[in-house]
Amino acid sequence: MTKLKAVVASVAVAGALAAVSTPTMARETINIVGSSTVYPFATVVAERFGRNTDFSTPKLESTGSGGGLKLFCDGVGTDTPDITNASRRMKPSEFERCNSNGVKDIVEVKIGSDGIVLASSQKAENLDISLKQIYLALAKEVPDPKGGDKLVANPYKNWSEIDSSLPNKPIRVMGPPPTSGTRDAFNELAMEGGCKEIDMIKAMEKDAMEQACQSIREDGAFVEAGENDNLIVQKLNSDPGAYGIFGYSFLEENAGTLQAATINGKEPTMENISSDAYPVARSLWFYVKKAHVGVVPGIAEYVGEFTSEGTWGDNGYLADVGLIPLERSARMEAAKNAKAMKTMTGDELK
Amino acid sequence: MNNAMSQKEIVRKSLKRRYRKEQRFKFYGILAIVIALSALVILFADIIGKGYTGFIKTTVTLEVQLDPEVMYLEDPTDAEAFSMADFKAPLVVALENQVSDATGKTAQRALGQLLNTYAANQLRDAVKADPGIMGTTQTMTFLAHDDVSVYVKHGDDPTYTVKLSEQQQAWVDQLVEAGVIENSFNDVFFSNGDSREPANAGVLGAIVGSLLTMLVTLLLSFPIGVAAAIYLEEFAPQNKLTDFIEVNINNLAAVPSIIFGLLGLAVFINLFGMPRSVPVVGGLVLTLMTLPTIIISSRAAIKSVPPSIREAAEGIGASKMQVVLHHVLPLALPGMLTGSIIGMAQALGETAPLLLIGMVAFIVDVPDGLFDSATVLPVQIFLWAGSPELAFIERASAAIMVLLAFLISMNAIAIWLRRRLERRW
Repeated sequence: MTKLKAVVASVAVAGALAAVSTPTMARETINIVGSSTVYPFATVVAERFGRNTDFSTPKLESTGSGGGLKLFCDGVGTDTPDITNASRRMKPSEFERCNSNGVKDIVEVKIGSDGIVLASSQKAENLDISLKQIYLALAKEVPDPKGGDKLVANPYKNWSEIDSSLPNKPIRVMGPPPTSGTRDAFNELAMEGGCKEIDMIKAMEKDAMEQACQSIREDGAFVEAGENDNLIVQKLNSDPGAYGIFGYSFLEENAGTLQAATINGKEPTMENISSDAYPVARSLWFYVKKAHVGVVPGIAEYVGEFTSEGTWGDNGYLADVGLIPLERSARMEAAKNAKAMKTMTGDELK
Repeated sequence: MNNAMSQKEIVRKSLKRRYRKEQRFKFYGILAIVIALSALVILFADIIGKGYTGFIKTTVTLEVQLDPEVMYLEDPTDAEAFSMADFKAPLVVALENQVSDATGKTAQRALGQLLNTYAANQLRDAVKADPGIMGTTQTMTFLAHDDVSVYVKHGDDPTYTVKLSEQQQAWVDQLVEAGVIENSFNDVFFSNGDSREPANAGVLGAIVGSLLTMLVTLLLSFPIGVAAAIYLEEFAPQNKLTDFIEVNINNLAAVPSIIFGLLGLAVFINLFGMPRSVPVVGGLVLTLMTLPTIIISSRAAIKSVPPSIREAAEGIGASKMQVVLHHVLPLALPGMLTGSIIGMAQALGETAPLLLIGMVAFIVDVPDGLFDSATVLPVQIFLWAGSPELAFIERASAAIMVLLAFLISMNAIAIWLRRRLERRW
């Protein structure tokens, strides 16, 4: 009995000590959270920054864009992150939450773009497809091909049933699950972009339209293959009849075995994604908490490293790992604003 | 008589059928074992086949002329000049001396790409440590770029994409021929923390993180679990309340581990204000997760101590506490230890609860304390398996082998302890 008491008491004391002693610890390491899409780029910058300066290497957590912004907006203080990465822009609601929690001065930096590709093994027939055809191939419900203005369960089994120019092969696409930012972006850019080209859907009410545009079929033609893009790449190599949806950097790394579909007549190349000609591309961002600059050492220097030409420029090392750089003029502008730590007003999000 | 005869007949007749039945039954058992074992063999073959190359590093050994003029570094003690010096140039020059037909800026740049991204940093650190080496020629070994490593190790494997140009491939072939580029045992893998350069990436940070986390888990869960088990088995009155506690402990053992992560996030981080990503919080969360396992196995161990031992001790006048501490506990200890080690092995392989408390993170520095940011082995595997660089696939498989080695040795210790301490009656 006494032993039990002693153990319980000592555990309680240890827990209390830990709780009391930690918040007072000043932080020497920059804490970064956020998008798993930006993670491979930000980690490279963080590591170089740690090795080339006297600051310690920033700690990077891959929490997803939404999770990162939530932590970021929890408040000011060394127990909250200094920087969050996002594969989409901050929402006005998130900006308001930040403000109401005392995170008032936020610096927004756009770092480049990422393309989402529809790729297959080089042994398969490559697709030359439009957004509308992608929508028709993957949506849960599509306009009745026999005519009429009703949505019916997707009847297409083979690509060629949608358009005779497409291969006469069964539709089989592997993609990320709904929790993934890549899936969000794919839904928004490819599915919604494609379905809005259909007049009948365009005439629908907003909620019904969103429902019709963003629901992906569940009859086996679309397979959720998990968050791990490497897994999709491996499956494509072993199954030449299948197509996969993933980020451009994975295509580049596997350029020897995979090929990507041409969408709306544009191939996913660096130039096409950078100039927004390729339709399924999104911008990547990070947000800095200005109140932490000078409190946690190295934040300004890290931002400086990230926005230098040798990092995010056309020949910078981020391009080597698959980041699509901004156009030079946009880059210069963004670097200038980042250096001056220009804060957001909230109006730019509207 | 007649009746008995026919019974004998019936038995004799059915005997053959019964033997066949038994044969079939044995065969099914063997089949089950064969299926289980072959699954294991396939798993191991796949991991080892993919991962053994992770234990091989590709190095470039160069005669580096530390020429102050090439490096723009006349005075290595001048901090300003030092930061502006070019540490890559002498490496490119040294490579140029080894290959033919490398002239011009583009060729030099392509040649420089054969070296690891941080090769220049290595040279810089060497000069910083000993400025006296300026002006001399040093033989130094650098890591090769992982594209070179992939080409040397997997050049003829079609699943790997070789990213070197034809010229670079020709150079690498020359350098391999000359013995400049070599493969050797990958000690970097065991002496470095995480890195985004596959060649520099290692598991040391994750191993230390795992050990620190396990230390916290062991120090908390073993005493608490054993104390709870002893109290419940030996002292607690049999009533509704203890029944309720017992049911709850059994239920907790079946709760998905991510729930404990949510609990840890809410209690340790949000309520107590502990930092994210630290081994203490990881250890506390895993303690919560392993406690039910330890309590249940400890109670089973206490139950298996024969009542005669207790009665004998009580018979010669031992108090309840003496009975427990002098007799029951030592005899139950092997079972308790086995249960704890198996619980710990389970905790060692856990990632889900750690996701929520921030231990799934990119951390380069090897942690040096319980309050230093850290990650653990399974998380490291998870992070590498998701990386786009092909060279991380073999790193991930190699890290799985390291994790398996840890698990196997923990289970071996459990078996050894049981054999050593176990007593039979």
